[in-house]
Amino acid sequence: MTTTVEPLLSVCDLRVWYGTSRGPVRAVDGVSVDIAPGEMLGLVGESGCGKSTLGRGILGLLPPGAVMDGEVRYGGNNLLAYTAEEMRQVRGPGIGLIFQEPMTRLNPLMRVSEHFAETLREHEPGMSRGEMAERSLRVLRGMGIPPTRFRSYPHEFSGGMRQRIMIALALVLQPRFLVADEPTTALDVLVEAQILGILADLRRNFDTALLLITHNLAIVAESCDRVAVMYAGKIVEQGAVRDVFTEPRHPYTRELLASTISLSTTRLHYIPGAPPDLVEPPAGCRFHPRCPEAMRVCAHREPAQTSPDLQRRVACWLAARPGELDEDEREPLVQEVIHTADEA
Amino acid sequence: MSSSTGSLRRYLVTRLALVIPMVLLLLTFVFGLMRVAPGNPIQAALGGHLSPAQLHVRMHAAGYDKPVVVQYGEYLRQVFTGNFGTTITDSRPVSQIITQNGAATLELTVAALFVALLVGVPLGMLAGRMRDSWVDVSARSFGIVVYAAPVFFLGFLARLVFSTYLGWLPSSSQASVLVQADLIPHSNILILDAMIDGKWGDLPDLVRHLTLPAITLGLLLAGVFVRLIRVNVIQTLRADYIEAARARGVRESRVVVRHAFRNALVPVITVVGLQVALLLSGAVLTEATFNWPGIGNELVFYLNSRDYTAVQGIITVFALVVVAVSLLIDIANAWIDPRIRYS
Amino acid sequence: MTIAGSLPSPPTGAEVLSGGPGGRRGRARRMLAPVLSAHGLQRWLLWAGIALVLLFVVLAIFAPLISPYGWNQYCAHLVRGACEGRFTRQGRPSGAHWFGTTVQAEDVLARVIYGARTAMEVVVLAVLFSTCVGIPLGLVSGYFGGTLDRVLVLIMDALFAFPYLLLAIVIAFVLQGGIGGGVLTAAVAIMAVYVPQYFRVVRNSVISVREENYVEAARTLGARPRTILGRYVFVNVIQTVPVVASLNAADAILTLAALSFLGVGVDPTAAAQWGYDVSRALSDAQAGYWWTGLYPGLAIILLVGGLTLLGEGLNDVYNPVLRRRGIRRVVLPARTWDDRAPQ
Repeated sequence: MTTTVEPLLSVCDLRVWYGTSRGPVRAVDGVSVDIAPGEMLGLVGESGCGKSTLGRGILGLLPPGAVMDGEVRYGGNNLLAYTAEEMRQVRGPGIGLIFQEPMTRLNPLMRVSEHFAETLREHEPGMSRGEMAERSLRVLRGMGIPPTRFRSYPHEFSGGMRQRIMIALALVLQPRFLVADEPTTALDVLVEAQILGILADLRRNFDTALLLITHNLAIVAESCDRVAVMYAGKIVEQGAVRDVFTEPRHPYTRELLASTISLSTTRLHYIPGAPPDLVEPPAGCRFHPRCPEAMRVCAHREPAQTSPDLQRRVACWLAARPGELDEDEREPLVQEVIHTADEA
Repeated sequence: MSSSTGSLRRYLVTRLALVIPMVLLLLTFVFGLMRVAPGNPIQAALGGHLSPAQLHVRMHAAGYDKPVVVQYGEYLRQVFTGNFGTTITDSRPVSQIITQNGAATLELTVAALFVALLVGVPLGMLAGRMRDSWVDVSARSFGIVVYAAPVFFLGFLARLVFSTYLGWLPSSSQASVLVQADLIPHSNILILDAMIDGKWGDLPDLVRHLTLPAITLGLLLAGVFVRLIRVNVIQTLRADYIEAARARGVRESRVVVRHAFRNALVPVITVVGLQVALLLSGAVLTEATFNWPGIGNELVFYLNSRDYTAVQGIITVFALVVVAVSLLIDIANAWIDPRIRYS
Repeated sequence: MTIAGSLPSPPTGAEVLSGGPGGRRGRARRMLAPVLSAHGLQRWLLWAGIALVLLFVVLAIFAPLISPYGWNQYCAHLVRGACEGRFTRQGRPSGAHWFGTTVQAEDVLARVIYGARTAMEVVVLAVLFSTCVGIPLGLVSGYFGGTLDRVLVLIMDALFAFPYLLLAIVIAFVLQGGIGGGVLTAAVAIMAVYVPQYFRVVRNSVISVREENYVEAARTLGARPRTILGRYVFVNVIQTVPVVASLNAADAILTLAALSFLGVGVDPTAAAQWGYDVSRALSDAQAGYWWTGLYPGLAIILLVGGLTLLGEGLNDVYNPVLRRRGIRRVVLPARTWDDRAPQ
């Protein structure tokens, strides 16, 4: 354990595989991550690397045909051992989820007020109508939605407003942990800043822990405490945001940071090749075919996680302890040419 | 709130304005079809029975010697005043056929719709929810068989089994002779007439006569409902808001009933509206099969006696009914689904 | 029916099944791949549909070779116009007449087999006519839009709203007065029902294809409308047609059966018709003669069912909206030390 506080939620060696006709897709393949109360953890990676699946897996929301094992420890219990009904009771008041696409997440035939009433009734039976309305309105007001709109239908709101309603809908149950899956990707920049502000306030005021899934490194740099970098179903590096961003240890993190655009960008950098097929991932380190610093060992053996300092964990042979690899294994890997045609 | 009722009113006005060209088009269409027929209608219907002079008199009376444009104008004028012409073969006003036999058709179709909803909606929902289970497979097979079997063949089987072999139910007409004589026609809907006069003793006979035709026609529609609702439920269960509801810890039974079923039913209202065409078509066949004295049965009679005026009148009425019902359905939809008014 | 209206986005590469263009082997295999890779119940149903349809095609083509008697034959032999060995009327199924005989002493089996011929002739013609009319209209209307599009849509909507059977009845009734009752009359009557469906499906897919990037790219590069319509739009749109066509063929069989049940369309003296036979059998049902109606009715169900299974099977296979993309059970392998991310 790297954190001194007892973690609120601890994911241990989690695997989530989907069945397809081609064979299982290893969307999440042995991920371990801890989140402390009030902490904001950014989860970054390219699209299709399994970040969303990880977020859904924590809540036990998986599509048909998916299988999961490992551990998700929350409140002293393993959520994976929970029955469907026990898990349902955790969703909402325990762990909330905010989605990427706010436009379609509200039932178009239900008024906003009905969404709130339904949610509260499910988790706090015996609450009076007046109390429900009062509590919903308080949260909505906090999100900047005026009470006059309480009985409107979802289509009467803009995308940004709908996302704030979705957040309010999660917050009305006062969850201790919130998974936010690309909450601002579908929104414009001004609204994005607003939503991020709301999420930051949340942590400050209610000590809510947050897992922020995004592909936007700038957002992570700005608002998260720690960051976990995911590649092809595995977490390759995690640590405090400042450390990871100023001194990345994993070549993938380095490449990812180099690919971001800032004011000082003079030419665009990109990572050659495409993310691997998760049905048949490359042997050894999954990043080795695209890695500029790959060594011979990388193609054969999967790197172990090492902790170069207290806050940091890296899964890369470059970070291996001195005597761990022999001369031959340290030889640079002769890369096969990446065929651009294969990417299509 | 006030803004949404305003938008509903605006929607209604636009929708009503669209009806007018539709009706005109249909009337023109019916008229055109009946006039492209070679020869003339009087000749066709009465050719063997009357002398040439008599035929000429009849043709003049019916206006068939006037130019087509004039005839078209008269036809439109008549339709808008509720006059659909007089049959050639038995000189009966078509409007009378509609009021008398239309009531029987209404009775049959309403009963059939009831059967269809009762069977089709729950079966479709179960099949969609329990996709690929045995419930789904049997519901789909039911849908295919009922769709593939012509109504009149189902009627034939029903008559054979429940009437001839088992002797449980009567197989033709709307009531037995004694009951028919006992009733005083108010609405011409016999079940309603019996209730109006408190003749409860006649009801069992009426219901027994209605049973086989209503179930036969109802099953035809039920098949459509099963297929449709099943697909809707499957698609709705994949909606983003369903996942969002689950993520809020809404219990599965509620997710399915409140979110999936309810939302899956909305397009069904439209489909029920579209099925009016199917319902009327099926009613014509069912009435012919069970000798049910509705408009369809009359239509078959006039078709066989090649009575153009009668056929034209009855078809016109059917067309108007279809337009009216689709209008009503759209209004109901706009009222239920708030999104429609805005699009 | 409203099958066409609910047809979703164009399925990919179905044209092979219609024996369409570009039948190079690699391409054919690629397009047939979804059909061959369909598994479980879905695959079974699709092949059952294909088998049933083939059965009836064979019956229709080789009717004179397969059938024991002619469709209107009521004597074992006709010697110089004299009837020798007259069949019994309403005879039970026996060695000489497997399916029994009708009230006119005709062999039911022979009538069922020749009925397949009539049905196939009418349906092939009707589908051919309606594709030839509906597809070009839909293409032009969808691609060019404007006033032409609006007018066509209005007309087609009006036709579509009209009860399909009544439309066919009116046209068959009018044509029968003009060109007489034959296969062509029935085919044209049925065509009128399906033109609006093809029009709608094609127009909708044209509109969606028109906005696709590659079509826009072709237009930007200065391709002429004709080229775009022919090379890009048509090829994509045509892929929806086999599904619609097989579903419509099923529906057309039912419409034909209904027409002949009501006695319009093909004259009963011109060809054997299943619907007509069932209508004659209605009075037999009263007397307990089940065979005269049962076999023609079953023939309708089997052929319509077969076409429906075929159409729905193709739709399931090609249409990814409802398709479950080959979900297989996953068994997580036990963790090996290599696999495990060390703590």
